Amino acid sequence: MTDTLSPGLWTLAWRRLRTDRVAMASLGVVLAFLALLALAGMGLVAADWEREVGVNYAPPSFIGAAGADAAVQATQAPLPPNPFDPLAADIAALGQAGAVVPPAAKRATLPFGADKWGHDIVRKTIKGGQTSIVVGLGAALLAVVLGTLFGALAGFYGGVVDDVFNWFYSIFTSIPSILMILTVAAVLQQKGVATIVLILGLTGWTGPFRLIRAEYIKHKGREYVLAAHAIGASNWRKMFAHIFPNVSHVALVQLSILVVGFIKAEVILSFLGFGVPVGTVSWGSMLNEAQNELILGKWWQLAAAASAMALLVTAFSLLTDALRDALDPKLT
Amino acid sequence: MTNLLEVRDLRIGFRVDKHTSVEAVKGVSFSVPENTTVALVGESGSGKSVSSLAVMGLLPRESTLIAPGSQILFNGVDVLALTGAQRRALCGKEIAMIFQEPMSSLNPVFTVGFQIGEVLRLHLGLSSRDARTRTLALLGEVGMPDPATKIDAYPSQLSGGQQQRVMIAMAIACEPKLLIADEPTTALDVTVQQQIVELIASLQRARKMAVLFITHDLGLVGEIADRVIVMRHGEVKEEGAAAQVLQAPQDPYTRALLYCRPTLESRPRRLPVIADFLSGAAGPGIAIAQRPRGLTAADRPVLVVDKLCKSFFTRQGLFGKREFKAIEDVSFTLARGKTLGIVGESGSGKTTVGLTLLRLHQATSGSALFDGHDLMTLPERAYLPYKRRIQIIFQNPYASLNPRFTVGQILLEPMRIHRIGADDRERVMLAQQLLERVGLPAAALQRYPHEFSGGQRQRIAIARCLTMQPDILVCDESVSALDVSVQAQVLNLLQDLQDEFGMSYLFISHDLAVVKYMADEVMVMRQGRVVEMADADELYRNPQHAYTRSLLAAIPGSTKP
Repeated sequence: MTDTLSPGLWTLAWRRLRTDRVAMASLGVVLAFLALLALAGMGLVAADWEREVGVNYAPPSFIGAAGADAAVQATQAPLPPNPFDPLAADIAALGQAGAVVPPAAKRATLPFGADKWGHDIVRKTIKGGQTSIVVGLGAALLAVVLGTLFGALAGFYGGVVDDVFNWFYSIFTSIPSILMILTVAAVLQQKGVATIVLILGLTGWTGPFRLIRAEYIKHKGREYVLAAHAIGASNWRKMFAHIFPNVSHVALVQLSILVVGFIKAEVILSFLGFGVPVGTVSWGSMLNEAQNELILGKWWQLAAAASAMALLVTAFSLLTDALRDALDPKLT
Repeated sequence: MTNLLEVRDLRIGFRVDKHTSVEAVKGVSFSVPENTTVALVGESGSGKSVSSLAVMGLLPRESTLIAPGSQILFNGVDVLALTGAQRRALCGKEIAMIFQEPMSSLNPVFTVGFQIGEVLRLHLGLSSRDARTRTLALLGEVGMPDPATKIDAYPSQLSGGQQQRVMIAMAIACEPKLLIADEPTTALDVTVQQQIVELIASLQRARKMAVLFITHDLGLVGEIADRVIVMRHGEVKEEGAAAQVLQAPQDPYTRALLYCRPTLESRPRRLPVIADFLSGAAGPGIAIAQRPRGLTAADRPVLVVDKLCKSFFTRQGLFGKREFKAIEDVSFTLARGKTLGIVGESGSGKTTVGLTLLRLHQATSGSALFDGHDLMTLPERAYLPYKRRIQIIFQNPYASLNPRFTVGQILLEPMRIHRIGADDRERVMLAQQLLERVGLPAAALQRYPHEFSGGQRQRIAIARCLTMQPDILVCDESVSALDVSVQAQVLNLLQDLQDEFGMSYLFISHDLAVVKYMADEVMVMRQGRVVEMADADELYRNPQHAYTRSLLAAIPGSTKP
């Protein structure tokens, strides 16, 4: 609805949101992540994350290369010449040609360290974020949109429509979720980010469906909906112009919960081989690699992926929470 | 006579946020002597309930600010200075309270016997067997029919009046010295209300308790109270013996409360409102022009309802269903520009009649002829143009406006749906005119419903109906949720609009005095059937049916016929 006079729900919500400092900070964080995502997607940032710029497991610069250097030097100390080595001459020739980057050219430390292959962790995290955020946000949006639509229809119409959706819901929830995911993955038979979004979205709508349906059952008998019926508003209008703004907080909260869940679910999918294709990095695959590194004491990859995820997820939750409050004209 | 309860300079504020708080009670002092009934009267926001909750210590601790100088003395002890445990021991035993909604004050998963027994076991340390014997005696004392079976009933199996009796039995179980009754009859039907008031009065006499009776209804006060305290905006306006306050009120506000309620005896052209009393334009002794009512031969029917039935079905067993007839064979004729009042108690089907006419319920059988078309059987598409011609104003103005829409959106929506006005600019103009017509500033368009008071919201709901220029307006308990003074203003507005636009009203209410004021013709309903229908003056002067007579007799302050 656009009125010349009334500022409208969203304008007012924005005004209220602006006075909330926490909300604005989290909005800044979320926007920063989205900007990085866009830049990474266009290849302007972190496009060269696969270059092996550091030595294996190069430590973060703020720890200093002292301890690591010693280790590197130890492994790189020239072996005493072996007179019986049949390949000695060939190796010497290769070394002089300069075909392989000599170990000395690789950096001993990087801003936040390097992984097993010497990839810069910062760039890897940015590139990984691109995959994870698209998967998390995309799949959560898809799931919430489907859940809201189905829930609204089932709750509002009731009767046979409700029964049909409930049967559908029961079937979806009676199959163990991992099996369900594998089934959808097997049907789609393609690897890629879009596939994961579809898999998670098509299996994740059940939670929002149940909650939204309950809200619609509660609201459809309220007097303001009866009043809307009395003035001749269509069913569609009653469902989405009248009731939805009053139950949108449920959808928003579900969205923020699902984003977190789906970023994690992508890890499992990748682990099972249904996730992102080989050669694509995500926070999930980073965490997966980090398991083995942690035993060796190389904690930085885990720290980078986990803190990036925690920062985004916290900011996103705070933002949706503030949005919920801002959209409620009764508060403040 | 010693004072059992003394409230001295009570000041209570509520925290809104970190820095601001609002003062709800501003230095109130009153006392409740032993063995007397004191009525605390006021409209919403007067601070009467807050004061009584402060006595019981039931206000939310985290947001309540009680000023340091405040004192609440019970038997000479300042309860505000007591520790939590001491206070709990006092409340429930020495001071007991009954609330407005018996349905929500009782726990639905325990039998009433268990709930009354719990009080006895906790406070008096009785054994289960003794508690049950005592509970039976208590249920008998509060006039519960057949206490031996009702003791094992769940709250949902009892009627509203019986539930309130259970609450009273719980309250008097420990023989309290002071009983606080917070609007104990507001949620009940008129006839039940009378029984409960009589019960409280007789218990007070028998047990020599003091009763603090909180109500918004001055009519009720005369039946029960010895002393009356009138509150407004957190201050005591007037205090005195009941007879004196009711017969010769000193404060203009008390006078306004007494006289802006429509009465059965007179029907002024306009109801006086509080402002009239405060300015001295109205008051006892100042004659007001009366309005004639009733149908004449020249009246033309606009809606003819014939044998309207509506049944609800509940599933029973695997395939069976049980029929519940909400309304049965309701027939009436509504004349153009006139008002038909529908009166009845809860469950009489009066609201179902209104909702069925608007097709908010699907009629089971019967017809409603409007403009030569039967509204009940028209297909949905053909019905749409008629929707704007018959409109409804609901009871609760807090629930009937979408909280997420601005007033502008609320008013523009029906005009957009029915394509009234050429474009949005014209519609906004229309909306502004209508807002001014119902007495709200045009700037209200940009605000949300929650920013308005109950009476103002009801005006917005009326303006929404007016956008469609309906022929028939169904007012479903439209003024019942409003304070007396606001009620008078809204009734005046409805009457002005009828005079101006010639609309016909279907005025549904449980309040016989209000219906008498508004209606030309009155229909009395009971359990889905029409009991009696007659011209308004005739029905009140000479009721034919026994049920109508009992309804009229139950009106507080009425002279029993």
